[in-house]
Amino acid sequence: MKFHGYDPQNGPFFDEIFEAPDSPRPGCSRLVNGINGLPDGELFGRQAAAERALLSMGITFTLKGEGERIFPFDIIPRIISAKEWERLERGLKQRIEALNLFIADVYGDKKIIKDGVVPAELVKTCADYRPQCDGVKPPRGIWCHITGSDLVRDKNGEFYVLEDNLRCPSGVSYVLENRQVLKRTFPKIFESLRVRPVDDYPLRLLETLRHLAPDAVSDPRVVVLTPGRYNSAYYEHAFLAQQMGVELVEPLDLVVRDGFLQMRTTAGLQRIDVVYRRVSDDFIDPLAFRPDSLLGVPGMYEVYLKGRVALANAPGTGVADDKAIYRYVERIIKYYLDEDAIIPNVPTYLCTQQDDRGYVLGHLAELVVKATDGAGGYGMLVGPHSTAAERVDFAERIKKNPRGYIAQPTLSLSRVPTIVGDKIEGRHVDLRPYVLYGKDIQVSPGGLTRVALKKGSLVVNSSQGGGSKDTWVLAS
Amino acid sequence: MLSRVADAIYWASRYVERAENVARFIDVSLNLMLESSAHGERDWLSLVQTTGDQEFFEKKYGKATAQSVTQFLTFDDEYSSSILSSVSRARENARSVRDIISREMWQELNEFYLMVLQTARPGVQPEDLIDFCARVKRAGIYFEGVTNATLSRGEAFHFANLGRMLERADKTSRILDVKYFLLSPAPSHGVMQLQSQSQSQSSQSPSSQSQNGNTDEVGWTTLLNSASALQMYRQIWHVTTPATVSAFLLLDRDFPRSILACVRSAQESLHAISGAPLGSFENESERLLGRLRSELDYAKIEEIMEQGLHQYIDELQGQLNSASTALQSQFFEF
Repeated sequence: MKFHGYDPQNGPFFDEIFEAPDSPRPGCSRLVNGINGLPDGELFGRQAAAERALLSMGITFTLKGEGERIFPFDIIPRIISAKEWERLERGLKQRIEALNLFIADVYGDKKIIKDGVVPAELVKTCADYRPQCDGVKPPRGIWCHITGSDLVRDKNGEFYVLEDNLRCPSGVSYVLENRQVLKRTFPKIFESLRVRPVDDYPLRLLETLRHLAPDAVSDPRVVVLTPGRYNSAYYEHAFLAQQMGVELVEPLDLVVRDGFLQMRTTAGLQRIDVVYRRVSDDFIDPLAFRPDSLLGVPGMYEVYLKGRVALANAPGTGVADDKAIYRYVERIIKYYLDEDAIIPNVPTYLCTQQDDRGYVLGHLAELVVKATDGAGGYGMLVGPHSTAAERVDFAERIKKNPRGYIAQPTLSLSRVPTIVGDKIEGRHVDLRPYVLYGKDIQVSPGGLTRVALKKGSLVVNSSQGGGSKDTWVLAS
Repeated sequence: MLSRVADAIYWASRYVERAENVARFIDVSLNLMLESSAHGERDWLSLVQTTGDQEFFEKKYGKATAQSVTQFLTFDDEYSSSILSSVSRARENARSVRDIISREMWQELNEFYLMVLQTARPGVQPEDLIDFCARVKRAGIYFEGVTNATLSRGEAFHFANLGRMLERADKTSRILDVKYFLLSPAPSHGVMQLQSQSQSQSSQSPSSQSQNGNTDEVGWTTLLNSASALQMYRQIWHVTTPATVSAFLLLDRDFPRSILACVRSAQESLHAISGAPLGSFENESERLLGRLRSELDYAKIEEIMEQGLHQYIDELQGQLNSASTALQSQFFEF
């Protein structure tokens, strides 16, 4: 069985591994030959073994209203050539540098607004714009320390940025765990391909975080702040803390005393210098943000303003991943860096603009509609897969709250061969690379390839039936 | 270590030990009941007294019968020290520190909880609980074994050990206290608060006194059995008197469930956490536990019996409580 008879269906879709049936793309032939050379049944046996390994490692996530489950994993990797990656890496660095300048400007001099590039109204109405951050200068001038932008490929193989995640992007733990499993699944193929390693991510993350500590602190104490064990990404919070060798804390472990952020330990209170917080802005400090929040640490934001603790990402960064701001990112890059965007945006219709709105309402069956403050695949409409009733519902919502929605053309996402039952079929994927902004900007080679396991589905989110694959960036 | 984490590990371990000891209490009473048809209301009430929660019991159940007392102690989810409540709290605590404890510890505790939940149904007859109690005891011992076999000897281990040892010392003292009151022939052995009851009823309870007026050997044997102490006791002592049984459960240096052994083990863990050498102290819990330990180290059973066992145990429990409170305010709540 294996790849014989696999039809990549290039044309309507871009297949990441095959340019035509039985004809692998450059760089992919070793993988294809390796898999084709396995004894009969071996591939499925290895898939089962990989799943068992993930299960016993307890790599799970929690779904709203449901229990813990395993994040589905497919052992056929996605391959990215050195040349493609070199361009993506440059594009991501460019994008994050510009977005960081944008956030600093929005909470600082507001030049980009005064110059009429981004409308003031649009910024102020971002769900994640935080007026409390006006005038704030975060440590080293960095706002978005950890980013995960979602990239997709259209039917011609062109990469686009689909959205930016500048708040608390998750998924990097799966990248590291998937690699551990896949190295054991295909040791020979892996060795022969010179795949760039990802295992140093926790070290790079720790460096990035330590870079933010106040100058006077020689050996800064870093912690990971989690909302708690019922959070859907708790596994990842615990994993990253463990990998970096730092404490995993919950809000109740922290207290502001003597003007510093401290944690309660069996050896008394201990000062904290840097918090990698996986808690959203609203819930970090009830005195500064949502007063009804029971989760936060009262006074933590005040300590942050005094420069006595660093928070990553900085509060307020969410303004740059609003899906309506997204539409301006190419202009934002041009404005601050005087460069054209290396990785283009997907065309985006703003429902606040009358022309755009008219077009969106008239073409709901072809477009993808997203909530501007949404994430995780919740609150979106995939036009071609929608029912008439759903479209009526979304039309009503758009008319009622045009600021709340944007629309984009439905992309024919690229596909990667995937094990489905006892066959291999093409499934749609996206790519979330992880970018760290510390002393300099670094991109972890590859990232999380998410795959829509349902036939024909374009939604890759784990909450919507998505799985993942290992991503192999070739060294040469 | 974070205070929250230490707190959760301490209580997970302490609640497991509590559940195990409640099962031991029930087990000894069920056995006494089977051996003597006269095991009556007073004996079941004594079991409630062991817990120190008599008021709650009487309000909810009224009369102490085999049925009401066993329901109260096993599956009453409104009673915070029932086996069901203890095990479910232990599990909740362990769940919050799953990344710190070993996977085997979590699995053991999870299965323990599921076993208790499965047995907890209305209308369970007291006689059916003998097997259940045995399984709870075994689960408690397994959890301790898995902890010893899989958890590194760091702070987590020592907080778990502290919780277990302080709870075990307290429960061993309680079971000795109440059974002593029930089993001793003389009415004036110093159980002040229960004196009137003891005077009016002691002669009506054949289980508490053998026919010739000597010590009830069956009763003391059952008591030793409930503390898993019978064989080890027999290797040391060839007679069974209140003084020898008390000496064994209070002061034996080698038996791992004796109060002295528990206090010693707790003290060692406490010093492993703070780093202070034994024989000195850096905080109040170390001072209190160290003082108690040296009292036990140099105690003589003759002096204790002369002073009155009940009074001695009463003071001992007070000291254990103070040490627990000091420990919590030192490490968990500040």
